[in-house]
Amino acid sequence: MINLILSPEKGLKVVLSPFYQELFASLNRGLVMSVGLIIPSALGGVLIGVIAGCLRTYGGAFVRRACDTYAAIFRGTPLVVQLFILYFGLPNIGIYLSPYWAAVTGFMLCSGAYQSEYIRGALLSIKQNQSFGAQALGFSNFQSIVWIIIPQAMRKALPGCGNEIVYLIKYSSLAYVVTFMELTGEGKTIATEYFRFTEVFAIIGLYYLLLVSLAILVLKKIEAAIHVPGFGKS
Amino acid sequence: MGDPILRVENITKSFNGESILKGVNLSLGKGEIKILIGPSGGGKSTLLQCMNCLVTPDSGKFWLEGKPVDITHKQELYDLRQQVGMIFQEFNLFDHLTALDNLTIALRKVKKLSKKAAIARAMIELSQVGLADKINLYPAELSGGQKQRVAIARALAMDPKVLLLDEPTSALDPEVMGEVIDVIRNLAKQGMTMIMATHQVSLIRTLAHEILFMEAGSVVEQGQPDTLLVPGSRSQDFCDKLNFITGERP
Repeated sequence: MINLILSPEKGLKVVLSPFYQELFASLNRGLVMSVGLIIPSALGGVLIGVIAGCLRTYGGAFVRRACDTYAAIFRGTPLVVQLFILYFGLPNIGIYLSPYWAAVTGFMLCSGAYQSEYIRGALLSIKQNQSFGAQALGFSNFQSIVWIIIPQAMRKALPGCGNEIVYLIKYSSLAYVVTFMELTGEGKTIATEYFRFTEVFAIIGLYYLLLVSLAILVLKKIEAAIHVPGFGKS
Repeated sequence: MGDPILRVENITKSFNGESILKGVNLSLGKGEIKILIGPSGGGKSTLLQCMNCLVTPDSGKFWLEGKPVDITHKQELYDLRQQVGMIFQEFNLFDHLTALDNLTIALRKVKKLSKKAAIARAMIELSQVGLADKINLYPAELSGGQKQRVAIARALAMDPKVLLLDEPTSALDPEVMGEVIDVIRNLAKQGMTMIMATHQVSLIRTLAHEILFMEAGSVVEQGQPDTLLVPGSRSQDFCDKLNFITGERP
């Protein structure tokens, strides 16, 4: 894997074997692509989740039913099926998505459906006395949801939403089935070319582990930043 | 005497077919203090919650300073609530905000004050209830008495014309009850118009301009303490029982 070269001019030099040079170049390229998929998908998923979660909790009968149906469909069908429909199925009705946009759209919609469930659960867990307190001061229903209920619900939903982002990082590897060359896709190409599956996929696993660890670190920082002493315990 | 500050007429409310309020009429003149007493389940809390429509009554008419209020009209309803402050048994402070922010958020979002003006106003009210040194603490870091004082300061910061107090001391242990009672007595001295449900006999006797005894959704006795708290009345009998439980001397 590693060659050590000792020369009078440059001293001791560590050089990767040609296979590993090619592997890491490909994986790093794939990593950049994966990050480019994950960040907008995670942000879009949270946004859709918050909107759908609120509408599923506070919307009128029709809106509530529509959002429940959306969540049921995207939670109830495999992500790979959703991606195939977006990429291979939509062209039948004249909608063409690039591999990147097919993947991002699929991830956002799937992640949003799960996020909406975490948000809905958190909204329902806020005691009625919080909205009573707000309404008694003259807050409109909308104001009490925006300024009192959602800020509390977000704190309760954060661990669940963070968990969904961790899942998203891993299922972003499915983008390669719609021909988008991200981390897993790049690795698979090299593994097939050299027939060295074990080491290639072990290294890919480490890349994902690194990404997930980073995400967990960021989520912990956010959790610490919005921590309120004793919140949810009384 | 001018128009009552708040008048409600024929308030009714049922839950699951059970009638909780059976046509209650009530009016509060400026500076008047009325006290609601009666057994639990008699409709005291529901009446107070209906008076600012946190619970929507099935029927009833509202007047604020002589003007009829259409509670089906959202803005009129929000204005009514802003002018009719409410103190809850369980305080209902916003758990995610500090004591100071519990006051400033309503001043900023409802009264549309600037951040600076809201903080200045909140500081005045928190100082009045003796909590100027606790402004940065969250509800979970305050004692029950302190929470209730923050809640009172929060309601007062909105300049309410009337305060509805729903058993403001019943969730407190006896050691901190006194600090909340003192704040309520001060409000009475300053001429605040109030209607309060309470089981505190000392408050009933010393503060009430009028006592209303509620039972099974109706006001069954009503009158000034001198005329109502006499042997044989339902109200006196109830106060005697409270005295027996709390050990207070009549």
